[in-house]
Amino acid sequence: MTKEEAENGRDDMAIDGAEQANAVPDGFDANYLRIYYGKLFPHADMFKWMSYGNDGKHPACDRSYFGRREFSFTLENDIYIRFQSFNSVIELENSIKEKCPFKIDIGPVYSVDPAKRHAYAGDNVFTPVERELVFDIDITDYDDVRYCCTGADVCLECWPLMTIAIKVIDAALRDDFGFNHILWVYSGRRGVHCWVCDGKARRLTNEQRTAIADYFRVYKGNENSHKKISLPGPVLHPFLARSYTEVLKGFFEAKLLPNQSLLSSEDRYEKILEMIPDASVASELRGRWQENKRASMSKDDINLVRWDQLKSVLQSGKQKTQGIRRCVEEIVFSFTYPRLDMEVSKHMNHLLKAPFCVHPKTGRVCVPIDPNNCDEFDPTTVPTLSQLVEELNREGLRQDAENEWDRTSLGESIKFFRTTFLQPLLKSCKEDIESSYNAKLQQSKNTLSCRTQSNHLCPNVYSHLFNPVINAVEDQN
Amino acid sequence: MEVVQSHRTSSSNNVTVSTLPLYRSAPPLEVRLEDFELFAMDRLRVLKGISDGLGRGKKPEEMEKLVADLWKANMRHPQANEEANKDIISHFVLRLVYCRTEELRKWFLSMETTLFRYRFRFESSEAQRALMSEFKLPYKAVSNAEFESVKDKLGQVARSMGQTLASADAIFYKVPFEEVPELVAGRRVFICKGHAYVAMNQVVSLVVTQFRSYLSKALILTNRKWTSTVREQEKDRLAPIVEALCTSYLGPDYSQPNEAGEISVKDIDHIAKTSFPLCMRHLFEKVREDHHLKHGGRMQLGLFLKGVGLKLDDALAFWKAEFAPKVSAERFDKEYAYNIRHNYGREGKRTDYTPYSCQKIISSTPGVGDHHGCPYRHFSEENLRAALVRMGVSSRAVEDVMDKVRNRHYQLACTLTFEAVHGSSCDAEWFCGIRRHFQASVGIVKYFALWAVPVPVPAH
Repeated sequence: MTKEEAENGRDDMAIDGAEQANAVPDGFDANYLRIYYGKLFPHADMFKWMSYGNDGKHPACDRSYFGRREFSFTLENDIYIRFQSFNSVIELENSIKEKCPFKIDIGPVYSVDPAKRHAYAGDNVFTPVERELVFDIDITDYDDVRYCCTGADVCLECWPLMTIAIKVIDAALRDDFGFNHILWVYSGRRGVHCWVCDGKARRLTNEQRTAIADYFRVYKGNENSHKKISLPGPVLHPFLARSYTEVLKGFFEAKLLPNQSLLSSEDRYEKILEMIPDASVASELRGRWQENKRASMSKDDINLVRWDQLKSVLQSGKQKTQGIRRCVEEIVFSFTYPRLDMEVSKHMNHLLKAPFCVHPKTGRVCVPIDPNNCDEFDPTTVPTLSQLVEELNREGLRQDAENEWDRTSLGESIKFFRTTFLQPLLKSCKEDIESSYNAKLQQSKNTLSCRTQSNHLCPNVYSHLFNPVINAVEDQN
Repeated sequence: MEVVQSHRTSSSNNVTVSTLPLYRSAPPLEVRLEDFELFAMDRLRVLKGISDGLGRGKKPEEMEKLVADLWKANMRHPQANEEANKDIISHFVLRLVYCRTEELRKWFLSMETTLFRYRFRFESSEAQRALMSEFKLPYKAVSNAEFESVKDKLGQVARSMGQTLASADAIFYKVPFEEVPELVAGRRVFICKGHAYVAMNQVVSLVVTQFRSYLSKALILTNRKWTSTVREQEKDRLAPIVEALCTSYLGPDYSQPNEAGEISVKDIDHIAKTSFPLCMRHLFEKVREDHHLKHGGRMQLGLFLKGVGLKLDDALAFWKAEFAPKVSAERFDKEYAYNIRHNYGREGKRTDYTPYSCQKIISSTPGVGDHHGCPYRHFSEENLRAALVRMGVSSRAVEDVMDKVRNRHYQLACTLTFEAVHGSSCDAEWFCGIRRHFQASVGIVKYFALWAVPVPVPAH
């Protein structure tokens, strides 16, 4: 950032404290975005991340790797440009500063530089080869189970739905699938994204990604079907059982049920009664609740009282059918279990917004979320663009242009990103590069190497079909 | 190079254990030119039958029987080694036929994999283990000690599927979860730190994944070989046969259907009420009601309209008008027009997309806010009944339809609805033939052709 540019920024606003509230308009502003990209956006960190160690000096580093990653920019006026690629951190940084994109998306690493894709003809030559395993959870997919907000709004009553989604998915990614390098990011308005960056994850095929997404999928309905969650079988799979006992049950009973008043009024409790497959059980409860509009003597929250009644009816020894007992879990799952956008996770070529972008509608920065402390994350206090610019101005002009973010509220997020995610990831990448290099050296010493390239089959496979081995003999008749 | 024998002797008891061919190499046989074609046609009948069964949503037990019956009817030979030869040769010939485009390869891969899966299930466990080692899967059986430590979880997984953990010394294999995507997707295995614990009876999945991945690569290589060298060499012998097999009515038909003629925007309203199948009718009604559709619905309905003859300009006008109360013209041009043009092959890689087949629609997964999919599968019983009544189906016919739905015969249910709505009783044989043809082909577009015209009863 030059001195001149900083001063221009200054001229536009009154330094005087009294007028400061009016000086920096709220939310999003293209000029502030320019300043953001100039001083705050962590270009170098993003480059290091996306290089996965290939920007090093080791002979096994793939110099072409970063250049084969697709980025896409959404510019002012909704102009959208795809297949952007860069060969160095400087190119990346300059392009971002020059174009000032309102949104940056990250795509896969392709087999060749995306900018040169037209030079290659035929199926499967220009094709994604690596891509993080990603997830997108959006609170609008929960509109049928939250009453405090709808659509793009989010508040502290319903945000916890995102928190528990993070807990459930994060635990499974680590414990079940064995992934370690996981980044959770606030999407800037109403949801969260997850980036799984282990090498194993980046090399998953579309079929394997779909399998993981299906492993996580429980909610299968929409307004046309009634029963949206079905948990068949006498017991739950260990993953579902653990999610229920460790996260979902507690959250539902202690927070969601009372905060959203799920059982207090008729139209609300009807929704839950609808999920009970046995009509006589449902009407027994309905009868009870219609009579007692208020839980008579009890000071307890009416929702909790009624939930207890529901549980004792459904789980009583009298209930013969399997489906009835399981209903309690199904209700809890249908309200609280994470709802992933399947399409985002299934395909390698799906583009996803980059962390540290600024959301154009809210001005909030897409900051990382710590999954171990996600209860504490508050979307309403995430730094906004205008807030950050104001903080920069307050600190005054400095010669030292490095690490300006450290003087702002963004500093915490960037430090978190580096220490808990980026550094461990790069360390592991370096180890991988070195060990696979050593393994290859060993292999070529051991065998007479026939140089097979990675996209060829094992040579034995198929060479014979069309030489005279099959002799189609003309019919002798 | 090794020729794959179709029989191998088990060293322990000198009994022949027959195993499936893995189609790793083409055998050095002499084949009569006419057998080339005949063998391939027989195998194609088996594959078509499998495709049919899958489209109807048959359960695994039903598919098992179907595959056995199809194989018996088409591929058996009194002499075991003749049968093996036919098996291998027909597979390789069909590889030539189906390697040429992405769609053909996808279909062939899917059917051959399914065929392999069910044939594998028939094999004895000894034969299965032999096949597993053929694939050189480096998976070790779980040690006793480890088994004890995860036994509870393994039992839980088994019970969650309504099964019990086999006896105390059940064999489990520990494999990286990426190797068994089907089992992971269905939550049919316990996964821990990236390893899936696969029961012996699930081994099928492991092997099938390997088979599939292998065949997928082989098909691409075949295509390259064929186009670069062999087609020219074989232009008088194999090439004409391969061409003939491609266009025979037995194969899946991915050509552009143009038989339904054109329709215009003002026709749609009327046709929707009289002739659309329920899935499209529902989407159409929702567009009218909500002035919006999510992506899945826009694709399913949009491609259908394209298939029945709606031209690009009319399609743009239609969607723009329907969305108008919620989406301004400028926003429509920015956010939706591109995708519509893309569907018509005017943008991007310029693929002229075909409408979805019934199989694809049935196996889709509509989520929150979606209205696509197959109502016979995805609607609740109540909603489906209501929809049928609204279409004018008599209550007796509704019961017949619901019966088909309960047995997962979604396409039959749709056919029955058609008959009920149009009040025509068609010659069953002729009608079924048409329907099977439609299912085998692009599917719903030709289906629409069936709906839009009165069904003639052939003269006897």
